[in-house]
This record gives sequence, structure tokens and C-alpha cells, in this order.
Amino acid sequence: MATLKELAAQEEKFVGGHTSCAGCGYPNIFRLSLAAIKDPVVVVGATGCCEVNTSIFPYTSWKVPFLHSAFENSAATCSGVEAAYQSLVKSGKAKDENFRFVAFGGDGGTYDIGLQSLSGAMERGHDLLYICYDNGAYMNTGIQRSGATPRYANTTTAPVGKVKPGKLQKKKDLAKIMVGHNVPYVAQTIAGNWKDLTNKVEKAMSIRGPKFIVVLATCPLGWATKTQDTVKLTQMAVDSCFWPLYEVENGKYKLSYDPKDKKIPLAEWLKLQGRFKHLFKPGNENLLAEIQAEVDQDWADLKALCDFHSQKV
Amino acid sequence: MTFTAGNYTGKLTVTELPEGGIWTEPGSSLMRKTGDWKTLQPVWDGQKCISCLTCWAYCPDSCFKTEKVLNEKTGKEDVKNRGIDLDHCKGCGICAAVCPPKVAAITMEKAR
Repeated sequence: MATLKELAAQEEKFVGGHTSCAGCGYPNIFRLSLAAIKDPVVVVGATGCCEVNTSIFPYTSWKVPFLHSAFENSAATCSGVEAAYQSLVKSGKAKDENFRFVAFGGDGGTYDIGLQSLSGAMERGHDLLYICYDNGAYMNTGIQRSGATPRYANTTTAPVGKVKPGKLQKKKDLAKIMVGHNVPYVAQTIAGNWKDLTNKVEKAMSIRGPKFIVVLATCPLGWATKTQDTVKLTQMAVDSCFWPLYEVENGKYKLSYDPKDKKIPLAEWLKLQGRFKHLFKPGNENLLAEIQAEVDQDWADLKALCDFHSQKV
Repeated sequence: MTFTAGNYTGKLTVTELPEGGIWTEPGSSLMRKTGDWKTLQPVWDGQKCISCLTCWAYCPDSCFKTEKVLNEKTGKEDVKNRGIDLDHCKGCGICAAVCPPKVAAITMEKAR
């Protein structure tokens, strides 16, 4: 597992000058995960901040081959590229240079719009890694709710008003959906923990077959947070157990980090975010208690599952 | 005239653009100076910096310059922090927030 010095010693495969907002949470996911991949790599991007900010013609922030086709099909495109490469190598038309394939997508392009193509690519067993950066809404087009928006968050299409306290539905658990595809490696991590992120990408690249990693990333615009808190916010999401760090290898759950007695109340994380500020108004205490209970229940379930799988039978 | 990202004016016709609408220069976004967005700017103190590179890891705009040097004591290769590329820094303040409190090598000041 690479140290920070080893990662920094390489040439950057993703450079600055892109047009993401100040304090954006996703660019360092690209930087760090590409730094963790030693082999030559091809990147496919779904529509979203990822593609819109980094590849405005004629400029590109990528120093690796980058392909974008549409919102819903980054996984399908990536699987096509992978299959074409394997075929060319097999027929002797291309040299086998051990190329690896990575697809990036936001939560809109993964949880909702791209789910069918992702499901197909995972089921067909292509040798690719799909990394979803999850900032919890369609931030690029103006903070519309997505399947990844947490309950009671304020978005422009599920706004907080006199009647409704934001989005009413619970966030989809995408990692579990991917575990259901029986793929060799699924992991959940954050952008604010370089070690966990790069370790998981490195581990994923050591495996042949479909791999999936979902990464929580802050969006200062959509979450209504201070730009300098970007890293701290994802770390607090882990400490509050809203977003546990875990990996699933061949169906076996393994916890990467347990906050134990450092576990913080969910409210501490929520109150730094403007999208949840209505929860702290008088009369909304029950909503706060409800989501805290939900997080505690999910955490207890996950822990039980990890304990069960760590037992030696 | 051969097409490059540098001479693109936005007024080229389809036949003058590269075939397939491909990007011709990898990493050409560096030509876009996003540094003029900032209202605050980080000031890096090379004397205090211990080159832990945490700021390098979390900078969204790849602004921290690093250099490979040979550690004379151990004879091993080391990587040193060599400061901030203010041409692309958007002044978010993440680097100052993640710099270890005991080191505090980065402070935020009003942008000039």
C-alpha cells in the first residue's frame, strides 16, 4: 500500500485548471485514485461535474485517455472499450500493455440514470473499476434531488417548505445493490481519507473482474458548507456512522474503520450543512431523532454483518 | 494553421476542428488560469513545512508542487513540498484546514 510520498512522487494524471467550484470534493478522488493505479489506464466519464468541468473543449484536465459519451452509459462505454481492447490483443492487432479501465460517474449518473448500464457491466463480468463520487444530488444542473440525497435534505426539486421538510425518502444503498451482483470487490469510502481511498483502489486493481467503489464527496454549493470544511465533512460523516467505511470481498463484509467511542451524534455533522438547517428549528426535534435512529440501526446491522463474516467457522 | 488548444478562438468551422472533436493536448486545462477566482489566498511557509504532503493529497486543483530529492542521511529518495501554484489555486482554504495544527505552515490571507 503506497505512502503519500510515493503517490506524490509520480507525475499527476489529472491536472488543475478545471472549472470545479473552489473547495470541490471530487477532483482529489480522481487525482488520488489515478495515482494509486500503476498500470496504464483508460478513463471513461459519465456526464456530470466530472465531465463538464474537466473537459470543456479545447481544454482537458486529463493526461490519460478520457472518453465521454452520455449520461447513462459510462459503464456500458467502459465495458465496450475493455472488450474491444481484449479482442484486439487476442487477435494480435494490439500489443498487450496491461491497460486497465476505470469509469467515473456522479451519484446522478450512477444511482439513477446509469444504474441499468452499470448493472449490465457488472453482471457481464468486464474487467473494469467503476468509481462513483457521491455528493448526494444533481449538483451540476442546480441541486436537484437524486436517489442518493439523504432524507430531509433541502434540494431545489424537493425543497423545504411549510408542509414538507425536504426529501422524504431514504438514500439508496448502492453498495448493497452492487454486492447483490456478486462481483469480487465492492467498497465504500470517502474523499477525505486519502489512505483508505488509495488502499481500496489499489486492492480493486489487483483483482481481475468487475469492481465497484462508491466515494462520498462534499459539494460546498449543494451542501451549503464552507469551502475549507470539505475534507472535515466527509470525515465527520464516517465518525457519525452515516457513511461507514467498509469493503465487501466475494460477498464477505469487512469493516475498514470503527469510530468506537469517537462516534459523534449525527446532529454535529448535520449542523455544519445548510441543506439541513431546517432540522434545527424548534418543532423539528422529532425529525432529527428519526434520522439518528435510522443511522444507528443501519450501523448496528452493518456491524452485525461484519462480525458474522469475520467469524472463523 | 494547425489546431492547438492555445489558438482556439471558438470561431472555427467543423472542417478546421480536429477530426472527431478530440482533445489534442493532454492536460491543456492548465492554460486556463483559475487563480483569478480567489478572494483569499494561501501563504505557504517553507521554513515551517514538514513535507507531510497532506495538503498535496487534498488540494482539488493540484496546486502543490512537489520535488523528488535524495535524503543525504538515509540515502533514500524523499519527496519535498515546494509551495503553491497560485495561477490555479481557487483559494478554498482546504490546505490551511488540513495542515497539522502543530505545524501550521499555511495561512489564509486576502488575495492580492
